[in-house]
Amino acid sequence: MAIIETSSATPSAASTSNARPVVTMQGVSKVFSNGTLALSNMSLTVEPGEFLSLLGPSGCGKSTALRIIAGLGAPSSGTVEWPSSTINAKGLPQGDIGFVFQDPTLMPWTTVFGNVYLPLKLQGMRKADARPRIMETLGLVGLADFAQAYPRELSGGMKMRVSIARALVTDPKLLLMDEPFAALDEITRQKLNDDVLKLWRSSGVTVIFVTHSVFESAYLSNRIVVMRSRPGQVFTDIPLATSATRSDEYRTSEEYRATTALVSKALQDAIQAGGGAH
Amino acid sequence: MAQAVNDTLGTDANTVIAAPRTSVSEQVLRVVVPVGMLVLAIIAWEVYVIVSGTPKYILPSPVDVVGALAVGWPTLLPSLWVTLSITFEALILALIGGVGLAIVLVQSKWIELALFPFAVVLQVTPIVAIAPLLLIYTPNTQTALLIVAFLVAFFPILSNMVQGLKSVDHNLLNLFDLYGAGRWQQLIFLKIPASMPYFMTGLRIGGGLSLIAAVVAEFAAGSAGAGSGLAFRLLESGYRLDMPRLYAALILLTATGVAIFGVTSFISWLVLHRWHESAVRREN
Repeated sequence: MAIIETSSATPSAASTSNARPVVTMQGVSKVFSNGTLALSNMSLTVEPGEFLSLLGPSGCGKSTALRIIAGLGAPSSGTVEWPSSTINAKGLPQGDIGFVFQDPTLMPWTTVFGNVYLPLKLQGMRKADARPRIMETLGLVGLADFAQAYPRELSGGMKMRVSIARALVTDPKLLLMDEPFAALDEITRQKLNDDVLKLWRSSGVTVIFVTHSVFESAYLSNRIVVMRSRPGQVFTDIPLATSATRSDEYRTSEEYRATTALVSKALQDAIQAGGGAH
Repeated sequence: MAQAVNDTLGTDANTVIAAPRTSVSEQVLRVVVPVGMLVLAIIAWEVYVIVSGTPKYILPSPVDVVGALAVGWPTLLPSLWVTLSITFEALILALIGGVGLAIVLVQSKWIELALFPFAVVLQVTPIVAIAPLLLIYTPNTQTALLIVAFLVAFFPILSNMVQGLKSVDHNLLNLFDLYGAGRWQQLIFLKIPASMPYFMTGLRIGGGLSLIAAVVAEFAAGSAGAGSGLAFRLLESGYRLDMPRLYAALILLTATGVAIFGVTSFISWLVLHRWHESAVRREN
């Protein structure tokens, strides 16, 4: 039953019947200019409609991997491919990626509307043409009434919602989230987790979610990739065939408890493999 | 700063429940207190001069100064105009040059490195010291004064603007890269708006300095006769021991400085008040 629920939960992924992966990393390594080996021979294939969490101890290169997927910094060796996207001159799928940083990263000099308009403006879309889409996206994150507010007038959680709206406004195939809720309080975080799940279910977007929280990853994802450090690479790949409806009940369910135990164990092993806790 | 302090005065533990107040009486007091102090100081000055019997050629009374201003208006006004035009021409040139060069400098670290020595040499040289040289090289005194005032106002604008253009949130730069933004888009939609607080600092400093430079350079150049600015009127009045007129010229300079400060502060407020911490009222 659980598996049927999962597939029906991502209708567009199932209906496109396009089995080609969204993105594949092949033997990707990254050495920073100071000599740090952040990633070593990392391979990962992301299927359409997945909600994939990259989980690992700090310094395991999970954020680096996400940035490489986004095209921010080229890999030192290895390849990143986009089998189901059209590629622009920079080797990136144009307009197919949304990125949510750990900080909201909003432009303080413009309104919520202006911030969400940015990706469309950079694509050359006129404001009048973009308006319906922007307002619709702001509605999705529950901020339609705050279009004319400035970022400094918003709470931390609301700023994050603007950041998510900005990432979604181009209707991307892939949404990359780099520890987006790490700086928020627990209540806001749970609310945003629920909202992200709802958005994922309704839009069928593929999500790669970087986190260091076992509970967050187990709650959100249908696949958890645990990474180890020294060298940074994939340690284990855990598919989660859990029920699709995740709510407060799920948080207290036996299934959730078992999943977190399994994932915690995997993370502990990854930390041991990387030379113990930091 | 002073405003922020005023806002928090009188909010001790006992009055926490009081509604947020920007009451009418407080707003009136905000104007009345500084203006009242100024008027009191002028009255004290007038009274001191009368009571002590100080002669006019040492310290004129405010009434004498106003009289000199009225009488000397036909000569002071053209001089004020000369000083004003040098100041504003220099400021506008400095804004164009400073912002333009800053944009060029941040395009490439090699351009910055190549121009760095010139920037340092020009910045550390007391610009007024090259006024005699400029007098030889330029066709007339006014041009020399303009160049000096320009150079003095130019550097604070340049260095603030460079700092501002470089102080962009790295993740916002990443975001622009992610959406494939070109250099122009990055400059116009990101770097220039992000540098506005720095630019406004440069503008306020540059505005004040261009007036100072216009006056000091005229002292150094020793211009005289018709077509001279207020600095010459100051010197001239000093030589003639015409203190009321000297004070009148001084007041015109001060008024100009206050006006420049007011206008640049207002522009800064206009641009920043919706978003930048420096221009936003603090409320706790």
